[in-house]
Amino acid sequence: MPTSASTLPAVPMPARLTLRAHWQDRLAQGLLLASCVALALFLLAPLAMILIKSVQDKDGVFVGLQQFREYLATPALKESIWNTLWVSTSVTLIVVPLAFVYAYALTRSCMRGKGALRVIALTPILAPSLLSAISFIQWFGTQGLLKFMLGGASIYGPIGIIMSAVYATFPHALMIVLTALLLSDGRLYEVAESLRTPTWRKFFTITLPGAKYGLVSAAMVVFSYTVSDFGIPKVIGGNFNILAIDIFKQVIGQQNFNKGAVVGLILLLPVLLAFIVDWSMQGRLHAQFSARAVPYVPKRSPWFDTSMFAYCCIVSLLLLLVLGMAIYTSFIKLWPYDKSFSLRHYTYGLIDAGVISSFFNSLEMALYVALFGTIFIFGVAYLLEKTRGMPLAKSALRLLAAMPMAVPGMVLGLGYILFFNHPDNPLNGMYHTMTILVLATIVHYYTSSHLTAVTALKALDNEFEAVSASLKVPFYKTFFRVTVPVCLPAILDIGRYLFVNAMVTISAVVFLYSPTTQLAAVAILNMDEAGEVGAAAAMATLIVVSSTLVCVAYALLTRFLLTRTQQWRVAHAS
Amino acid sequence: MSLHCRPVNVSHSSPTEQTFLHVAGITKRFGKFEALREIDLDVGRGELVVFLGPSGCGKTTLLRIIAGLETQDAGTIVQDGRDVSRLPAIKRDYGIVFQSYALFPNLTIHDNVAYGLVNRRQGRKLIESRVRELLMLVGLPDSGAKYPGQMSGGQQQRIALARALATSPGLLLLDEPLSALDAIERVRLRGEIRALQQRLAVTTVMVTHDQEEALSMADRIVVMNAGRIEQVGTPREIYSAPGTPFVADFVGKINMLTAIAESGGRCRVGSLSLAIAKSGLVPGTAIRLYLRPEEIGIHANGAAPAGALPARIAKVEFLGAFCLVGLELAGDDVPVLVANVPRQVVDGAGLASGLNVRISLPPEAMRVLG
Ligand SMILES: Nc1ncnc2c1ncn2[C@@H]1O[C@H](COP(=O)(O)OP(=O)(O)OP(=O)(O)O)[C@@H](O)[C@H]1O
Ligand SMILES: [Mg+2]
Repeated sequence: MPTSASTLPAVPMPARLTLRAHWQDRLAQGLLLASCVALALFLLAPLAMILIKSVQDKDGVFVGLQQFREYLATPALKESIWNTLWVSTSVTLIVVPLAFVYAYALTRSCMRGKGALRVIALTPILAPSLLSAISFIQWFGTQGLLKFMLGGASIYGPIGIIMSAVYATFPHALMIVLTALLLSDGRLYEVAESLRTPTWRKFFTITLPGAKYGLVSAAMVVFSYTVSDFGIPKVIGGNFNILAIDIFKQVIGQQNFNKGAVVGLILLLPVLLAFIVDWSMQGRLHAQFSARAVPYVPKRSPWFDTSMFAYCCIVSLLLLLVLGMAIYTSFIKLWPYDKSFSLRHYTYGLIDAGVISSFFNSLEMALYVALFGTIFIFGVAYLLEKTRGMPLAKSALRLLAAMPMAVPGMVLGLGYILFFNHPDNPLNGMYHTMTILVLATIVHYYTSSHLTAVTALKALDNEFEAVSASLKVPFYKTFFRVTVPVCLPAILDIGRYLFVNAMVTISAVVFLYSPTTQLAAVAILNMDEAGEVGAAAAMATLIVVSSTLVCVAYALLTRFLLTRTQQWRVAHAS
Repeated sequence: MSLHCRPVNVSHSSPTEQTFLHVAGITKRFGKFEALREIDLDVGRGELVVFLGPSGCGKTTLLRIIAGLETQDAGTIVQDGRDVSRLPAIKRDYGIVFQSYALFPNLTIHDNVAYGLVNRRQGRKLIESRVRELLMLVGLPDSGAKYPGQMSGGQQQRIALARALATSPGLLLLDEPLSALDAIERVRLRGEIRALQQRLAVTTVMVTHDQEEALSMADRIVVMNAGRIEQVGTPREIYSAPGTPFVADFVGKINMLTAIAESGGRCRVGSLSLAIAKSGLVPGTAIRLYLRPEEIGIHANGAAPAGALPARIAKVEFLGAFCLVGLELAGDDVPVLVANVPRQVVDGAGLASGLNVRISLPPEAMRVLG
């Protein structure tokens, strides 16, 4: 009689058999371990240093939670926790609905100009967050054209922070919500249609539930961004205290690293929490969509399409006004007194003042980050997804790859100083070098890029490696001949993402640069502080221009690849 | 046709000269779950053996262990006299075709087929002629410049086969090679694969859960269930002499009757007494009788052989060339039987539901199991 194998009495387990390892397996496993060590060294160790420092006093004596108690007892500092939370929550509550309606218009209406509206909405990504702060000061500051609109309130403070952060986070929220709406299954709407479901009911029973996880994810990203951002409050925050500024003051102002570590850990909490919420939602987000989902095709509806178009135009116009003001400021003599055209902010302000070198530093760093970051991140994702064995190392590596998203840039930067500037660390020669800036930036932006790589790799047939083993072709040959070419669009996407972010990053690097490796975004901060608003705007403009060029080059390259070297993909589509 | 119960042909013999692949004592667990338990199997040189079984019974796992893509917890595999039990996949000698084809999408058909050849540092000319030969072999001589995305599923499967055969491996492994194809293409390709396999005389192990595919292609079928081998035999043996109730149920349609053995080569089913060929059963034991639907004879117009039983036709299900006829035997506590009758016979005899007929159940076709 057939019995289920699992109910049979257990036979004594023989000694576990293993396959003799081939040198190729050892190579893959060695690389996997090396990646683990690298991430442990450049992510875990710095974070561990923060933990250690937070329970020590200045002289390195263990004091337990003493410093936390002191910190929390200071009223001014307690206030900045509260400020951070309410400002970030406000930004989230404003941005997510704005982005949702915008995304809804892009996916569910038949309005014109969707392509252009989408591109305009994403432009804030190209600019350092400082740009929006400068621009809002120009519009609403003491000399601002629109100052009257604030009715006596000052732009320097929470209002300015919220406005600038809304501008900076809008595209991030938009992309997430857009993806969620695009993934929904058109057949649900067809069924609803056949059941004569009214439009409002379709919205509340299909659209919103479908976008639910996307909305939560967007909210968490916006919240974390605002909590961790340091550039905006530094420029437009006035005397308004928030946690990110506190760390900066402790570390740079008072050179009190231990207190800085305490504030860093407190800053880590809300971001970590948001990350956990988001992460636990991710699984459900993907489980929701069947592989055979049919895309939704919107139908014409004049009234709806027109109102959606009007909404998107207004939002786009506002976004362009922010960007435009910064660019405009860089090309006039002195706002608002002398509005004649001039290049002096570029010539005198940047070149003659020698600040232009920080722009080239940024370019250099962004190129290194894009190049080495892409290679490392894609390589690790490949080892994780496509090689066999080492389950423990792989779990560790997956965790390490997910962690950077939960770590604010300032906390990472602080960890780097504590770890690499430590006199006993043999690696302390790296401190203040370009290398450490590149490493910190790669680690800071690791998670998103890793997810892009993993998604692309998961889309490949799982048996490529098995087939090449049966044909006796080494795995790395198949990696270069098949895996990389097929994943090229995703690889280029990672490179672009890393480049653009490296151009604007500030929070992770503000503790790590030296006079010779100062970066463009840091230079903007310093020039703004020195009152050189025109030159600061000029530098911001240069960053926007170079990032735009890279994005255009990416778009052209991708199109070229799709039509020329990747004929097979076109063939597939036809 | 007379059928004799043959012993179930599970081979536990040690490798002989004719054995190409010798699998002994393979056990595999995934955590607590035992996916394979003590699998023993010999595959002869040039033979096509099919693993047949329901989903999740461990067919793929066994195939992957033979390929070295999965590691067994215990057991040995000897291929062509060489113990390969602990060799990594890349050191073994086989070609493999997956259900998904796993063709490299960015390489042309030519480059796909040549993929394993290039690595052997053979001369360019040699590679070219080998690729041409293989594409000819699978009937796609002119498609070398195309990409996999430009070909139909069946064509892609042929290319995958050509790629697996390119390096002239000693063993060919096929994991559900036809299950992603539509019905017509599947039937055509199974004939082609079989013909090719016989022409090249390459030892082949194929996995399927399609019994028709197994019956039509295999030299021998290995029926698996819940991580164990139920029976090994030629398609004919598996079909007409199932060794276990599972095999009887799983391969083809079959009628099952629960019965009590009586003396004198008879048994009791409800109120009926039936003749069976098997003797020596202890009277009073509960047994199960298995009878293929096509073995039941239906006699409509009075002329019935001795011993035929009265029955009423409950329904006739039209299936094209054949009809399934549901039969209610006269008597108490008797099961409904299903007979498989050619359409001409149904039409000729005017079989229709409600008709009273007599049916004969040949004693030699009634298999006693369990
Ligand atoms: N990597 C794995 N981890 C855990 N369980 C596994 C793994 N691979 C297979 N199994 C389990 O082992 C059993 C046998 O799997 P296998 O893939 O060999 O089945 P199969 O006979 O090929 O089925 P199918 O016809 O569905 O392909 C299944 O119950 C499966 O869930
Ligand atoms: Mg299988």
